[in-house]
Amino acid sequence: MNTSTPTWTDVGHLDDLPKPGGRKLRTAAGDIALFRTSDDEVFALADKCPHRGGPLSQGMVYGRRVQCCMHGYNIDLASGVAVAPDAGQATPYAVKVADGRIYVDLASATAGCACAGI
Amino acid sequence: MKEKLVLVGNGMAGVRFLEELLAVAADKYDITVFGDEPHGNYNRILLSHVLSGEKQFDDTVLNPESWYIDNGITLLAGRKAVAINRGRRQVIAADGTIVDYDRLMLATGAKPLALQLPGGHLRNVLTFRNIAEVEEMLRVAKPGRNAVVIGGGLLGLEAAWGLARRGMNVSVLHLMDRLMERQLDAPAAGLLKRSLEERGLSVLLSAETQGIVGSGKVEGVRLRDGRTLAADLVVVAVGIQPNTELARQSGIQCERGILVNETMQTFDPRVYAIGECVEHKGQTYGLVAPLFKQAKVAANQLAGAGFARFEDSVMATKLKITGIDLYSAGNFTGGEGFEELVMEDPARGIYKKLVIRDNKLAGALLYGDTENESWYYDMMRDGSNVSELRDGLLFGKGHGGDAGHSGHMALAAMPDETEVCGCNGISKGAIIKAITEKGLFTLEEVRAHTKASASCGSCTGKVEQILAFTLGGDYSAAPKEKPLCECTDHSHAQVRQAIREQHLTSIREVMNFLEWKTPDGCPKCRPALNFYVIASWPAEAKDDPLARVHNERVHANIQQDGSYSVVPRCWGGLTNAKELRVVAEIAERHGVPVKITGGQRLAIPFIKKEDLPKVWKELADNDMMSGFAYGKAVRSVKSCVGKGLCRWGTQDSLGLGIDMEKTFWGAWTPHKFKMGVSGCPRNCAESTIKDFGAVGVDSGWEIHVAGTCGVRVRPTDLLTKVATAEEVKEYAAAFLQLYREEGHYMERSSAWIERAGLGYVKHKIVECETNRKALAERFFAAQKHAQVDPWVERGAQGALPEEYAMLEIADMAA
Repeated sequence: MNTSTPTWTDVGHLDDLPKPGGRKLRTAAGDIALFRTSDDEVFALADKCPHRGGPLSQGMVYGRRVQCCMHGYNIDLASGVAVAPDAGQATPYAVKVADGRIYVDLASATAGCACAGI
Repeated sequence: MKEKLVLVGNGMAGVRFLEELLAVAADKYDITVFGDEPHGNYNRILLSHVLSGEKQFDDTVLNPESWYIDNGITLLAGRKAVAINRGRRQVIAADGTIVDYDRLMLATGAKPLALQLPGGHLRNVLTFRNIAEVEEMLRVAKPGRNAVVIGGGLLGLEAAWGLARRGMNVSVLHLMDRLMERQLDAPAAGLLKRSLEERGLSVLLSAETQGIVGSGKVEGVRLRDGRTLAADLVVVAVGIQPNTELARQSGIQCERGILVNETMQTFDPRVYAIGECVEHKGQTYGLVAPLFKQAKVAANQLAGAGFARFEDSVMATKLKITGIDLYSAGNFTGGEGFEELVMEDPARGIYKKLVIRDNKLAGALLYGDTENESWYYDMMRDGSNVSELRDGLLFGKGHGGDAGHSGHMALAAMPDETEVCGCNGISKGAIIKAITEKGLFTLEEVRAHTKASASCGSCTGKVEQILAFTLGGDYSAAPKEKPLCECTDHSHAQVRQAIREQHLTSIREVMNFLEWKTPDGCPKCRPALNFYVIASWPAEAKDDPLARVHNERVHANIQQDGSYSVVPRCWGGLTNAKELRVVAEIAERHGVPVKITGGQRLAIPFIKKEDLPKVWKELADNDMMSGFAYGKAVRSVKSCVGKGLCRWGTQDSLGLGIDMEKTFWGAWTPHKFKMGVSGCPRNCAESTIKDFGAVGVDSGWEIHVAGTCGVRVRPTDLLTKVATAEEVKEYAAAFLQLYREEGHYMERSSAWIERAGLGYVKHKIVECETNRKALAERFFAAQKHAQVDPWVERGAQGALPEEYAMLEIADMAA
């Protein structure tokens, strides 16, 4: 994650997300997938599977993972890293929930994701 | 009060029987098992690998003691049953334990034939039958020491090879003039002898043992011709005989083995027997496949179903010596009325012989190249006519073009770069590398590590073959019922049973009751559970959209670019100007083409997710509804025009096609379910590759089931013939319902019928009218809750925003 002070953008309410499930967030810099687990944890990843670019936001969320709806890659929500034996990483974004609102640090994608995408 | 079932014999056949029984009638019996050996059930076939050091004992365990506990079975391991009191229905063990039974299963196996030889009692003279003996051998088996194996049959040679791998100097003594004379002819036996000698074994043929010498422990083996061979270990493997002692003593009819009929019942109707101890129609069995069949038949009988019968099967043998490929099956000796096709290539060490009678394959003997064994075996079992294949028969299935790609290509001969898995671009070399470097043993492991065969699955057979030839004898396809997924230890059948018996109507209830290991389940089990509860309790279960696979959740097919295709119903494949106009206008408005699908429907592709509800609304406003082209559900009914238009037509196939689609739409099924209706046997609707097909004939309709034409091609099986269209619908409803109740999630009807058996399905649907009507009734009762058009719900009535709209940020901060 970025070490500088995060800039938080309000992107919606926790209840805008299915539980457990994901939803696409459109931004000028590209689509972000927002996820909510059955424990109400929220995660954000670039909406692009490291396998063949499928929209992760459309996948099935289980535990702290999402399975891509295209070819079944399993991605760890916190890190964006594909679950072994698959390899690759979807770029993670910093995200927080306060008073039911979801905030994403849209600039946080630049760090820690040198291996993102293919 | 449960009935009491006692199993004597805790070996592979007996325990397989219990597994089969538990799968179909888990609560029918209180089960007690007597086993001579002091542990659970292990894979005796792999003993030779434990001996050779290629496996540990733990690797061979099939059912640890915990399995017995989990299934409520009392295991009396290490307690030998010594008598049966059939009058009182009791089994008595050597330690005095007495157990009552209502039904008794004998699976006492076989014991090694003893040689009455002087010195046979000496220490380190062993047979090769159980793990205790293997452990004995391993205590003596040190490099440089001498071992003599008496008996050059399958078991003797595997023992010899194992001891040689341990560094011993091994001599094999065989009474006959060729090795494995029951499985091999002279040329193949000669090749085998040469291979063994190249591996350092010494083979003495026509060698009669006169006695074993030594004081206290063995020191040598003396032959009739006067020679004496030094020996620190002697393994006697001269054959096995059915272990009938217990049965015989208690007055149960035995000849060579315990006599059973085709339901595996002995002369005492309360006593059944299976496995190596059994004799059926004069034949005894020592290989695992027919024994497992017996186990299945016996389970079917004791579960009370009572329709399965044991039939003689083709016997096949494979030698498990690394690097020696040897396979023999059926009658390979030929004789009067038989023809022989032979190919010999001594330089490459290849010998193949096929024996044909009346244009059917009667036997096969393969040495050095066993690539096509399963192809030959299938033809023998099915009694296929091979006259047209004769030219290339010896060269195998890949010869002369592999039409249909369904078969086993000559994988061993293919270069490493050859692409095996087309979906994921995985080569043969990559698979072999993963198997050897990562120590993979199962198909699942290969799938997880390489993705090969993990997508469409059409290359599964090839991947299994690569596993088989990479691992040699170490690979045995797991025939066990596997857990549904990693979140549970329960199999599909067990989960379904719990849902029915415990009246579980939601995924949460199933997970709680069966103590799921993960809180949310996983993408494998959640959709399966959702289907199972809906199929079992259609009036009560509530659909969980978040447990649906993506396409079913959004009611459209996602495409590679993330857009969706919309496929409305055209009943029976018939459309009209009005519907065409509606579709045309939508296509024009969105600037997209229209594709005719394989199921005779119109697909509107490239629709964005957020536009789906409004497209559906437009369709619904014009009385067009969802075609369910995205679902594990009843899909379209393909039809030809039938006798109303066609000069050949014998029946109104179009009318029935429309009627069928209107009757059956909306039903969820374990996997997609396609139907076809043809008006005459020319079969223009291709009904004989559908899950359910009706083909019109002059006198009525032929009903065909369980076809598929996708990743694999399987023509349908003819179920029966009926006179009227109403009966076709009744059979379709019954077939659909049986499949819905018993098919595993993600199992096409074609795979299900191969698992359940056509005979079983016929029994349930054709032979038993009451049952057919009951199935159909259950189907139609469920339809009342199923026929809801999701597009109307979401289009006309409005979709929830989080279902189809995305979130957007008006003002970008970054």
